[in-house]
Amino acid sequence: MTRKSFMINLMYLTVLLPLLGFIINGAFGSKISAIGGSADGRKNEKVIGIIGSGVIGLSFLITVFAFFQTLALPVEQRKTIINLFTWLKVSSLDISFAYQVDQLSLIMALIVTGVGFIIHVYSIGYMHGDKSFWRFFAYMNLFIFAMMNLILADNFVLLFLGWEGVGLCSYLLIGFWYDRKFEKGTTGDAAKKAFVVNRIGDFGFLLGMFLIYLTFNSLNFSDVFTKASSFGVPETTFTFIALFLFIGATGKSAQIPLFVWLPDAMAGPTPVSALIHAATMVTAGVYMVARCSIIFASAPAILTVVAVIGTLTALFAATIGVVQNDIKKVLAYSTISQLGYMFLAMGVGAFSAGIFHVMTHAFFKALLFLGAGSVIHSMHEEQDIQHYGGLRKHMPKTAGTFLIAALAISGIPPLSGFFSKDEILWYSFANGGFLFWLIGALTAFITAFYMFRLYFLTFEGKERFKHDKHPHESPGVMTIPLIILAILSAIGGFIGIPELFSGEHGNIFEGWLEPVFANAERKLMFYGMHTHFEEILLMTISVVGVIASIYFVRYIYLKKPSIANNTAKKFKSIYNLLWNKYFVDEIYDATVINPVVKTSDSFLWKIADNKIIDGLVNGIASLIGSTSGIIRKIQTGVAQSYAVIMMVGIAAALFWIIFSL
Amino acid sequence: MSVPIVYYLILSAFMFIVGVAGVLTRRNAIVVFMSVELMLNSANLTLITFSSFMGNPVGQLFVFFVMTVAAAEAAVGLAIIIALFRNKQTVNIDEINILKW
Repeated sequence: MTRKSFMINLMYLTVLLPLLGFIINGAFGSKISAIGGSADGRKNEKVIGIIGSGVIGLSFLITVFAFFQTLALPVEQRKTIINLFTWLKVSSLDISFAYQVDQLSLIMALIVTGVGFIIHVYSIGYMHGDKSFWRFFAYMNLFIFAMMNLILADNFVLLFLGWEGVGLCSYLLIGFWYDRKFEKGTTGDAAKKAFVVNRIGDFGFLLGMFLIYLTFNSLNFSDVFTKASSFGVPETTFTFIALFLFIGATGKSAQIPLFVWLPDAMAGPTPVSALIHAATMVTAGVYMVARCSIIFASAPAILTVVAVIGTLTALFAATIGVVQNDIKKVLAYSTISQLGYMFLAMGVGAFSAGIFHVMTHAFFKALLFLGAGSVIHSMHEEQDIQHYGGLRKHMPKTAGTFLIAALAISGIPPLSGFFSKDEILWYSFANGGFLFWLIGALTAFITAFYMFRLYFLTFEGKERFKHDKHPHESPGVMTIPLIILAILSAIGGFIGIPELFSGEHGNIFEGWLEPVFANAERKLMFYGMHTHFEEILLMTISVVGVIASIYFVRYIYLKKPSIANNTAKKFKSIYNLLWNKYFVDEIYDATVINPVVKTSDSFLWKIADNKIIDGLVNGIASLIGSTSGIIRKIQTGVAQSYAVIMMVGIAAALFWIIFSL
Repeated sequence: MSVPIVYYLILSAFMFIVGVAGVLTRRNAIVVFMSVELMLNSANLTLITFSSFMGNPVGQLFVFFVMTVAAAEAAVGLAIIIALFRNKQTVNIDEINILKW
């Protein structure tokens, strides 16, 4: 390796530094908080915050350098494997702690450390005054550590380590305010729900891994993918592997049917929602599908399933988002919906478009959440948008950045969301079919609707909050991250300008990722039989639709608020259906949770455990007790009777020995 | 003409049986204790006998060991009996039957 690429070989530090931060803040955070003894602990908060965000910032810098050094390398040398040490070695199974730095993992690493760093800085302001300030930063660092393992792993086991690690951190951070109420229960209930639902997905992922090992006799990415792209493995095997892996992805990335945990995950602090439940962790499923693109491309049936599930999730979640009143809930359903887009992209074989949307979504959704956090912060934990209104003049920076993010997610050109979303819509039309495009475009209109409903109800119109609240702009440590993210949301799309506009250069982003997906795309063999005219036409339709949608929502919520109420009354059944989120939680309660709880209670506990298992154990014990009750009578306590028995025994033994000789 | 070995062995067996009978039938702990000593000495006699008849001194060596152990045992055993008497005001082993459930 030449001196020019030494930063690439330091990429393992991007994993170790967050771990270091976790250890320092986790082990000594409470001590750091205690020393100095200033009354509000503010000085020490700074120390902890600087350690926590500093390690992420360093990781980000290393990633940036590694990225530019990789960029300078010729295309065929852009994949570096850093082998740290052998982790497990049992006969043919050889698992190493090895990190793979290639085009895909670098993009993901840039997103995770970059957005992660911004959110860490923001958290210093947002978490100010929290009694467990250090614990928050320790968990956040641990999360980045796990997430970096997930995306840099060069084998499935290490990926799974990160996969479980981010699940754990998600659990810890959702339940961070474990003593607070959340909806019908506590934040702990929400955390448990997230963990359990994720476990169901992980189970599928594990099965997929077992099947991969059984088929390819290896869990190393390059081994598996090389073997997978050569012929000789039946399609049925690929179908099952892809299906199991996709089940894992639905759990982690909140797709139908395992999306129910994500709305409840909003119980955590808002920076957590921004980092874990919008920008990074939930995209792990998308990343995994992209990483295993060759396996999915070899199972066209599952690829169709991915596209259908993605499309349905996008539409389904967007419709729920329209009626929700909790600012974070709307954003949560929006996230589920956007993740649906990404899976739609995966399903139609537009892997780089999906990853592109992961990136732009990380920018504008993190911005939306942080903006929401800023609002919640200044409104004293009020989250109901019906009690907001007219906040723009109190917090102009938050409102401005929020507006940019809302425009970006709606897909208004030339903001980032426009490029990534239209790329996906175009591929879903070209590779998937008209129906995918139609639902995708419809979802885009609904997205614009609920995002601007949120924006107008929060920042415009009359003030609907009580006068004891004094909304104020958040401090610089919170608004500067907002502004940086707003800039990224605005211009981030330019690295992925479609071929249509950039001409001979083609799509830069796709060109960069092309080597990673080349095998999968060759296998899928989609031929572009579509004209630029169609592309422009579809693009125009979706943009016009979105703008119409924004004007419509502005008319409803700013000019004639009565329309909204009347419509809700008129279509009460539909409204109730949406308001109650299609009763999915209730359906799960009735079909899965309650039967399990009832069986556990009435059969497993009261009969199987109490009667059968306890009965067996107690029965054996009392049997032994009563038997020994009889036998113990032999123990008379008279030493001479013992002596008699001993003598008789010795005599018998002697006779036996003598006469058997 | 020396005494045949059988005579020694019969004497030794007789002593041993007396000892066993004493241990099993007598009630006084001291007497039981003496009977145990008798059994030990009968074993000693057998050892000496064989040692002398086979011209092997190891048997005599063992006897010294047995006597040493017997002395130690006598010291411990008598101490136990004294302690027992102090507690129970008796050395009648029929009345000492706490060694049970």
